[in-house]
Amino acid sequence: MTETPRVRTLILDVDGWPGHRAGQHVDVRLTAEDGYQAERSYSLASAPEDPPALTVERLDDGEVSPYLVDEVVPGDRFELRGPVGGYFVWDADALPEPLLLVAGGSGVVPLMAMLRHRAAAGSTVPAKLLYSSRTYEEVIYREELERLDGRGDGLEIVHTLTRAQPLGWTGHAGRVDVDLLREVSFPARRNPRVFVCGPTSFVEAVAEGLVSLGHRPGRIRTERFGGT
Amino acid sequence: MPFDPAFRFNAACKTHTVGIISRGFRGRGRGDDSGRLPPGQYATDDFPVLSAGPTPHTPLDEWTFTIEGGAEPVRWTWDEFRTLPTETVTKDIHCVTKWSKFDTDWEGVSVDALLESVDHDRAYAVAFCDGGYTTNLPVEDLTGGKAWVAFAYDGEPLEPEHGGPARLLVPHLYFWKSAKWVRGLSLRDEDEPGFWETNGYHNYGDPWREQRYWGD
Amino acid sequence: MTHLDGNAIAGVLEQLFGRDLTLASSRCTGCGAMREVADIHVYRSAGIVARCPDCDTVLFRIVEARDRMWLDFRGFSSLQVRS
Repeated sequence: MTETPRVRTLILDVDGWPGHRAGQHVDVRLTAEDGYQAERSYSLASAPEDPPALTVERLDDGEVSPYLVDEVVPGDRFELRGPVGGYFVWDADALPEPLLLVAGGSGVVPLMAMLRHRAAAGSTVPAKLLYSSRTYEEVIYREELERLDGRGDGLEIVHTLTRAQPLGWTGHAGRVDVDLLREVSFPARRNPRVFVCGPTSFVEAVAEGLVSLGHRPGRIRTERFGGT
Repeated sequence: MPFDPAFRFNAACKTHTVGIISRGFRGRGRGDDSGRLPPGQYATDDFPVLSAGPTPHTPLDEWTFTIEGGAEPVRWTWDEFRTLPTETVTKDIHCVTKWSKFDTDWEGVSVDALLESVDHDRAYAVAFCDGGYTTNLPVEDLTGGKAWVAFAYDGEPLEPEHGGPARLLVPHLYFWKSAKWVRGLSLRDEDEPGFWETNGYHNYGDPWREQRYWGD
Repeated sequence: MTHLDGNAIAGVLEQLFGRDLTLASSRCTGCGAMREVADIHVYRSAGIVARCPDCDTVLFRIVEARDRMWLDFRGFSSLQVRS
């Protein structure tokens, strides 16, 4: 399923899939006919209630992502290790503290799993997603996010576009900075659980910004992606 | 947890090296007829940045290069180092992570020129660097026009992410021996494996004999 | 190059140790800081190098060949794993 010109979601059929938690990832391994192997990690995009799915962004100089985005067709096979990760996970039946999600680019993928899980579980935990993308066309899951935002179940989604904004854009423009975080986040006194995912520089700037706004470092969980 | 049941791969299965073949996956192009690619390598036009740690940023007025283990230590400041005769060389480089890059242009001071100032009869060297990285080489592989302390790449001052202000350049060996952010050589009678050599990588590292790991 | 974090090597560590280590806490031999493995800085080049975010001390190294792996975990003075 194509999400954006560079991003595709693959729904996987895995024998004996043990189930996963929202936020976990898998390690994918590809083997070429001559035995050459390459391995990469991808976050699960699907809710635990659904079959495993990966959302992959094609990196220009990538070795695995171009294959997964452009080449793979249903019926093709590759190896998986996982699901992995008990740190960067959110369960809907956890304590009802507010949930703050901050995504940079393809860092939205594990956070989307969390939002899909939240919806599937019928959770009304107050939640906010602050999602930074380069352009409108590159916003992954754009329509589904609109639907989730419109459900009125306590979720609010805020977009910022860093490189170009379409005519009539009423959302934010520019990078996520302390001012935007202050405006959009739950205040620290509400003690939200925070998950930040995206490129390393994005994650570290956001985490620092949140700490400067009073959020305790122990309440902020981060996952750094490679790529841009 | 081992790789998924449906297509099982388990690292404990020590000799099992072939996984499920993924139709149409080629990875990067490998092999070429020119004879310039060592076994198992692919040619790239990029210059990947790979590091074992954060990029150091030593100011030039604090930078020194030291050769120790001779009759007495010899040290150059950056200004002194830059008065030494330099060479411009064009070399193919080969990284153990399988990329090779042809015709890379460097400017640097040959290690032969540096060792002219040092009175020694040692057989081995350890290159030591900002950030703590080390790599070991026989002195013979640093001399005879085989190695430089390079401060410029492609006509420009060497960027920090590629090892600037200066890195070791030893193109006939895998590029982990071309230590970034080099600050000196420690000459000794006994070989002392360095950062990667103590944890699986081959002690010598000849790409043409594909000496990547211990025992290769 | 920029670093990743311990989440990026969760699979390798679980394969080696048979359990998820991202929530385990390590004590750095360099500065004594206790950090969850998910939070430590991971550099991947010729191998995996995990460093303390506070002092950059190498906590552990992993090199993977086709059929072998080499581990050096001397940078921890202690690893706290929840049972």
